[in-house]
Amino acid sequence: MLNRIFTDPLSLGFAQAAAVTVLALVALWVARWQRIHLEREVLIALVRAIVQVVAVGSVLLLIFQGPWWTGIVVLTVMMGLAALTAAKRAQGIPGSFAVSLYAIAVGSGTVILVMTWLGVIDSRLTSLIPVGSMLIANAMNTSALALERFRAEVEAHVGHIEAALALGADPTTAVAPYVRAAVHASLIPRIDSMRSLGIVWIPGVMTGMLLAGSNAIYAAIYQFVVIAMIFAVSAFTSLASVLLVRSRVFSPAEQLLLRP
Amino acid sequence: MQTPQGLPRTASSILQTVHLTRVVEGIPIVQDVNIAVEAGDVVAILGPSGSGKSSLLRLLNRLDEPTEGTVFLAGQDYREIPPRELRRRVGMLMQWPYLFPGTVADNIRFGPRQRGIELPDEVVDRLLEKVGLPGYGTRDVAQLSGGEAQRVSLARTLANNPEILLLDEPTSALDDETKGEVEHLIMSIIEEQGLTCLIVTHDLAQAARMARQGIVMEKGRVVRVGPIEEVLRAQPHLHRSA
Repeated sequence: MLNRIFTDPLSLGFAQAAAVTVLALVALWVARWQRIHLEREVLIALVRAIVQVVAVGSVLLLIFQGPWWTGIVVLTVMMGLAALTAAKRAQGIPGSFAVSLYAIAVGSGTVILVMTWLGVIDSRLTSLIPVGSMLIANAMNTSALALERFRAEVEAHVGHIEAALALGADPTTAVAPYVRAAVHASLIPRIDSMRSLGIVWIPGVMTGMLLAGSNAIYAAIYQFVVIAMIFAVSAFTSLASVLLVRSRVFSPAEQLLLRP
Repeated sequence: MQTPQGLPRTASSILQTVHLTRVVEGIPIVQDVNIAVEAGDVVAILGPSGSGKSSLLRLLNRLDEPTEGTVFLAGQDYREIPPRELRRRVGMLMQWPYLFPGTVADNIRFGPRQRGIELPDEVVDRLLEKVGLPGYGTRDVAQLSGGEAQRVSLARTLANNPEILLLDEPTSALDDETKGEVEHLIMSIIEEQGLTCLIVTHDLAQAARMARQGIVMEKGRVVRVGPIEEVLRAQPHLHRSA
């Protein structure tokens, strides 16, 4: 109905936002009627969401008009910010920012480069930046998960690790079971999303392509491509994170430095 | 055993600490410890909780790093010995067995395997017999009792043929009956092999039974060394705190 009234995309967008906001307000009113008070929280969140997303849209509009190397600059900045976020979640690990940065750069950088070279990711900025940012965001989550899990495993097994060291094991052998556990745990969400793809959920890219009128089969295959790329990024990032941090939790004299 | 200050290192001093100190975040854990242990000595390290006994032991196989001073192992500064080689030569039995998942035999083979040596079944069987667990090689460690697990841990340490054995309250996690059995086993192995041994214990009766020499620590410092009977006589407050 709205698309018949508003033909200009900007006006149509605002009208759609207004319509869905009204629906959210109705839900709030029903909640309030049941004495569940969410108004303040939700109203602030709604306003923040629209301001943030429109701001991002405006920035993207500018970026998309820039030269080809803008993509590299934007994705590099995103990797830095992602490393900061991942490092914050992995507090207590020595050099967690450097580890996250290298791991995210290796994981997402490799996949973005290879896939763009092969033409799986379109090298136009309108495609490279959204897909690249999605891959970087997944690398960030995986790095944080892997580092956090590795720290928890090491802290829970200090006795076993030191028993191995005391028997003459090198640090790599002493922490090997916890490296495996951390990598495995950080990849479980990605494996689960591959497993349930199309059955439990029809994810964003496919939804977007279907909305844009793409062939349903092509949209489905491309969604698989995206999920597989996310898995590859996550696997590279997780391995790089844990292998890089492994050497940092031991001193040069092969003493365990990470303790609860 | 002697305090080494002013004394030349003797040929029989297998282990000597020189101004051994560890400070963590400004807090001295072990302070200026100077002891010399003769080959074949069994030394009990005594003192109240938090006096630095276990911390001293961890410095002796370099699980922790001294902030000052060093340790001489058979006359060689231990910082010149690769850590893995040092830890093979200075074995440690911890308070808890910390067995690795798998079979008893896998655990016993762990240490030698780190040096590329695969212990033959006969050697594993002999070690298990020595700790009173004949035929246990194929058992899963998850099925062992506390006492059995600590015996396997002892056999695992012995599989490395250590020159010195560090025992960090090796029976404190066991019930009274098992405690006596494991203590007896450790004593018979030490005597049979003529091992040099340092044992941290809260149990003064155990110290008197097992050790010939004693060291008393307080606030990270060694306050008394000598034959175990003299040490126990001279430190009556230890009896009250035990």
